Amino acid sequence: MNQSSIIDIISPIMAGPSSSHTAGAVRLGLLARNIYNAKPDKITFKLYNSYASTGKGHGTDKGLLAGVLGFSVCDKRIKNVFNTAEAKEIEYEFEFLQDFNRHPNAVDFVIEGGLNMFISGNSVGAGEIEITNINNFMVKLNGKYNTLLLVYDDVPGVISTVTGIIQKDKVNIASLHCDRSGKGKDASMCICIDGDLSRDCFKEISDLKNMYIVRYIKKLES
Amino acid sequence: MKHSISTFRQLYYTCKEQSKQIFEVAIENEVDKGDYSEYNIRLQAKKTLDAMKEAIKEGLSSTELSPSGMSGDDCDRLQKRYSNNRSILGTTAEKIMKYALATSEQNLRMGTIAACPTAGSCGIVPSVLVAYAQDNKIKEDAEINALITAGEVGRIISNKMALAGAVGGCQAECGVASAMAAAALTQMRGGTVKQIINASALALKNVLGLTCDPVCGLVEIPCVKRNPFLAIHAVTASELSMADIMSKIPPDEVVDAMEQTGQLMSPLLKESSKGGLATTKTALALAKNILK
Repeated sequence: MNQSSIIDIISPIMAGPSSSHTAGAVRLGLLARNIYNAKPDKITFKLYNSYASTGKGHGTDKGLLAGVLGFSVCDKRIKNVFNTAEAKEIEYEFEFLQDFNRHPNAVDFVIEGGLNMFISGNSVGAGEIEITNINNFMVKLNGKYNTLLLVYDDVPGVISTVTGIIQKDKVNIASLHCDRSGKGKDASMCICIDGDLSRDCFKEISDLKNMYIVRYIKKLES
Repeated sequence: MKHSISTFRQLYYTCKEQSKQIFEVAIENEVDKGDYSEYNIRLQAKKTLDAMKEAIKEGLSSTELSPSGMSGDDCDRLQKRYSNNRSILGTTAEKIMKYALATSEQNLRMGTIAACPTAGSCGIVPSVLVAYAQDNKIKEDAEINALITAGEVGRIISNKMALAGAVGGCQAECGVASAMAAAALTQMRGGTVKQIINASALALKNVLGLTCDPVCGLVEIPCVKRNPFLAIHAVTASELSMADIMSKIPPDEVVDAMEQTGQLMSPLLKESSKGGLATTKTALALAKNILK
């Protein structure tokens, strides 16, 4: 079991009022921002269940947008994010939905721009979050580790090649999560690592054949 | 590999065998897990402590209402009361109640707070810790030790159950915060390891089954006022424990009971706002006005 740390318990330092509905929302937005890794033209936020029914009162909508804009969980601008210059540069809308098949605090980011992307995540309590789906690949990303996210052609040997390159950096792999849409089709890999990946290593992986999406997502500050 | 600490029993015996305090063992345990250094942990505790003090300061001087308009001016009322009338509990208790309200109100007006362990329960640990430290000239280092002690208590409980109202009801949020505050206070008062852990267990035992039924689904009613209540509750736990009044049920079993109670509680009473206070006639009328 992945135990929490003292630091998780006595943080985050955040703009209120709810760790799951405000800070969690900012953190989900920050991860979505890092996964997309470019300036979007338009974002549609789909809030589900408790996020939909109490989101406005908790500033969940403000938090999600603030995160996507790169504000930290304790940024004083969150409260008035709709009026910030940053927010006026992108188009965004919110949908409030109920779906009992989804987590009580679930959100989808539908991002349009140079690349269209679909990202889903949940706020699982006390500001802790998880990204569970990127472009319909099941992933496992919680912002607690530096994470390498790859989407690539499902050909033999990719996992060993990638982990071999990471090994050169002498960093330890904390977890490895793979998924694919079908044999020989697209595949995804989410590698959480202890420590930091070097630029060379990242480039070597980016330059591999058959890689569509390569992202190095830094862990979130607590 | 050393076994990391995941129960109060392990924590107690490790402290006893090594003649160490809880915060020392907690830091070593955390460092052993490899994600953080002692420096990281003390630095986060210092940042959290600073944020707590800042939230108290800002909360004491604000009467701004929450976006819903339902709350935000109660700390001001209490301060006015205490400027002319003393509390029967003494000045530290006055401070504790004021600070708990100040922090909690700061939270609902989207001010900056430290979620400890959660935002809804953010007034409990700081009010007890900061008020006692101010009135007893506790140095910052000792405040940080007390906060780490509180964090260790929260961490051990969180190994058994998620600290979220939606999972365990308010016992898992304000209840756990009260147990953490009881530990921090007992640490600052020079309590033994046994007294500190026992204080947490006493506090937890007395909140089993506490529901999370926020009106309109917002962290306001009953959350804001619950913060000063459970801050004083933490003081009671520490008082009893310093007198060696022991929980007959061992701390880990209390946590098991709490986890079981959380599971047995209806989802209607766990942060869904579909029962309890949230569905009273008045709450439904408020919801109609606020959530349109």
